Amino acid sequence: MEQAPPDPERQLQPAPLEPLGSPDAGLGAAVGKEAEGAGEESSGVDTMTHNNFWLKKIEISVSEAEKRTGRNAMNMQETYTAYLIETRSVEHTDGQSVLTDSLWRRYSEFELLRSYLLVYYPHIVVPPLPEKRAEFVWHKLSADNMDPDFVERRRIGLENFLLRIASHPILCRDKIFYLFLTQEGNWKETVNETGFQLKADSRLKALNATFRVKNPDKRFTDLKHYSDELQSVISHLLRVRARVADRLYGVYKVHGNYGRVFSEWSAIEKEMGDGLQSAGHHMDVYASSIDDILEDEEHYADQLKEYLFYAEALRAVCRKHELMQYDLEMAAQDLASKKQQCEELVTGTVRTFSLKGMTTKLFGQETPEQREARIKVLEEQINEGEQQLKSKNLEGREFVKNAWADIERFKEQKNRDLKEALISYAVMQISMCKKSLTLSPRLECNGMISAHYNLRLPCSSNSTSSSRVAGITGVCHHA
Amino acid sequence: MDMNSFSPMMPTSPLSMINQIKFEDESDLKDLFITVDEPESHVTTIETFITYRIITKTSRGEFDSSEFEVRRRYQDFLWLKGKLEEAHPTLIIPPLPEKFIVKGMVERFNDDFIETRRKALHKFLNRIADHPTLTFNEDFKIFLTAQAWELSSHKKQGPGLLSRMGQTVRAVASSMRGVKNRPEEFMEMNNFIELFSQKINLIDKISQRIYKEEREYFDEMKEYGPIHILWSASEEDLVDTLKDVASCIDRCCKATEKRMSGLSEALLPVVHEYVLYSEMLMGVMKRRDQIQAELDSKVEALTYKKADTDLLPEEIGKLEDKVECANNALKADWERWKQNMQNDIKLAFTDMAEENIHYYEQCLATWESFLTSQTNLHLEEASEDKP
Repeated sequence: MEQAPPDPERQLQPAPLEPLGSPDAGLGAAVGKEAEGAGEESSGVDTMTHNNFWLKKIEISVSEAEKRTGRNAMNMQETYTAYLIETRSVEHTDGQSVLTDSLWRRYSEFELLRSYLLVYYPHIVVPPLPEKRAEFVWHKLSADNMDPDFVERRRIGLENFLLRIASHPILCRDKIFYLFLTQEGNWKETVNETGFQLKADSRLKALNATFRVKNPDKRFTDLKHYSDELQSVISHLLRVRARVADRLYGVYKVHGNYGRVFSEWSAIEKEMGDGLQSAGHHMDVYASSIDDILEDEEHYADQLKEYLFYAEALRAVCRKHELMQYDLEMAAQDLASKKQQCEELVTGTVRTFSLKGMTTKLFGQETPEQREARIKVLEEQINEGEQQLKSKNLEGREFVKNAWADIERFKEQKNRDLKEALISYAVMQISMCKKSLTLSPRLECNGMISAHYNLRLPCSSNSTSSSRVAGITGVCHHA
Repeated sequence: MDMNSFSPMMPTSPLSMINQIKFEDESDLKDLFITVDEPESHVTTIETFITYRIITKTSRGEFDSSEFEVRRRYQDFLWLKGKLEEAHPTLIIPPLPEKFIVKGMVERFNDDFIETRRKALHKFLNRIADHPTLTFNEDFKIFLTAQAWELSSHKKQGPGLLSRMGQTVRAVASSMRGVKNRPEEFMEMNNFIELFSQKINLIDKISQRIYKEEREYFDEMKEYGPIHILWSASEEDLVDTLKDVASCIDRCCKATEKRMSGLSEALLPVVHEYVLYSEMLMGVMKRRDQIQAELDSKVEALTYKKADTDLLPEEIGKLEDKVECANNALKADWERWKQNMQNDIKLAFTDMAEENIHYYEQCLATWESFLTSQTNLHLEEASEDKP
């Protein structure tokens, strides 16, 4: 399998250990209360059609969330949510699943895992985490992290995150990931011992490279533009969607206000009374139907949000490329200048301004021995530099090759997922329309206008037109 | 001339008898057709005002011609209403649209305001035309047929403004007394009116609010579709899907617009008219009470020999007749009004329900066809992949 060649600066290379699972791992998505061993159906998670090297499959699920209190780093009491991660291994032969591991993790540990993966797999588009804080909120949604609906959606998002990693051909074999799933205590220490924080590229360095790089691979530049566009358009979409949801909520709920008024009115109406009651009831049911509808839509929004965050992951890969390319260019430049210096010393011509040249002019020429010494040093440096340049070049090309392979994989996944999301949106709209239609039964009343809401009209065949008071047991009593 | 055609002393014309019997099927025997349209702005040195064109078509004998076209302004309608109330104090006169809209800026010449007012004025005149008694009112006929100068000279003949104001003051004072002796049936009527007024006002507010929410929803949806088109520009493989989603959203948007306009055409004006009706009804109750109060005060005077008692019995007799006529008129008109109200309200809400159903059916069809097209595409692609 492709592995990024060891970066000379970063000695640690996460070695793949015991066979974790097949590239098809994480196929079972036991989402919440759904049946275990869901089998081959994945919740939109990509599977590579690789040879199945491993006999065992594993299923991962984030099945529960729990409120906890504890002490934070500053020894102050805090409340947080912990999530139960269950891992099951599925016997290839008979499909039975056995619970192998189960432990609790909190959101910050997921973040730690991801940070680690970003450092060690810079050429991979690392799956994003569900949002830290609720964004694109519309008025009913709570922005509070402890809100049960938010926690539930986060649980699903975290499960999705783990499944994405588990189904990635390279990431799934990482040891730290394996330990994340299996080793409850001490895991944080183990991660930190890798010293990955130190290996991370400084943001400043990366920014510098982005501005100064001269010849980045055009594909990466294009990819960067694409990711910017993706982020901008999805943000816009989510913002407007939130506003639309808000308005829709308003429309449904105000209809509910009719309910009480109709029911109070029905008390004074002898004839229309039943009709009003029934109408009022329908209004109430209609108004309350919006809650479920919008909850479903939140899941759609979450699917889009994942790709919003993926845009950042794409950019991270581009940044790494720019950094490497810049590094390469700097090394090449450095080498070229050293060669030139050497040449000048050898030939005695001074083509470029140098301090040495000036001081020589002022303080006299240096001795031939001094010159020789300097030439020797330079030649050594040039040799070293050439070696370094060669390896950097190789590194760069490997990076581009590997990164691009993952980007292609990502693109296919994205196309599939987004298409599915859009289709699921259509399905949601259909279900909403059907629901609202079933709340409005049509009734025929003696061939008169089809009455919605079960209103009973005084059918003209019943009352005789000669008497003005026919059928009306109203307020007036005629003498 | 006593305009009350329900009084047993009044000779009834064959036409009005037919109207009494078949008031439920009025539309079949309509012989007076009125339309209000073409609002026009008039500017003079003193003021600016709007006139409306009123076209009347009729087959009635008492009209000189079969077609009339006149122009009237709001003031003229107010005059007509006043005259009808005067002539028939205990009949339920249809309400006029408000003088002003008490909501922020008063834009008398705003297009929506004018259109809403025009529709309401049209309704007003047609309600009078459909009323078994009011339709034969002389002032009504003059309103529909007289030229502008004829109308103004006719207007000047009636009791002046001051005397009418005096009547109102007396009415308020004596209506207090009338409430005490109100017969049972009118107590019930009053209770109904109070409750009805509360409820219809609430319904009016709710309906306006629904319209507002639907409008805001529509505004947001308009922006929602095009974003998908924008997105399709950067996604090669999803272009068709995104464009299709955008067009579905746009179609649902149009359906929303239709739903909104249905609400504002069918439901809102009806509910609002009944809000105004509820105010009218309270006025009618007061006037009935006042007529009764007049009788009661005379009876009191006779009982306690307060004033000159010679003429009292005759006056009391006349007033007793007056009270009986007023009560009968109101009772009959009340039944008719209630019937109409129930039909109108039911129709309005039924229409709203129909609009909602159409809306959801349309949206359903839109998304279902999208889904079918996606599934077909998927099947096509799948069969292409197979060897």
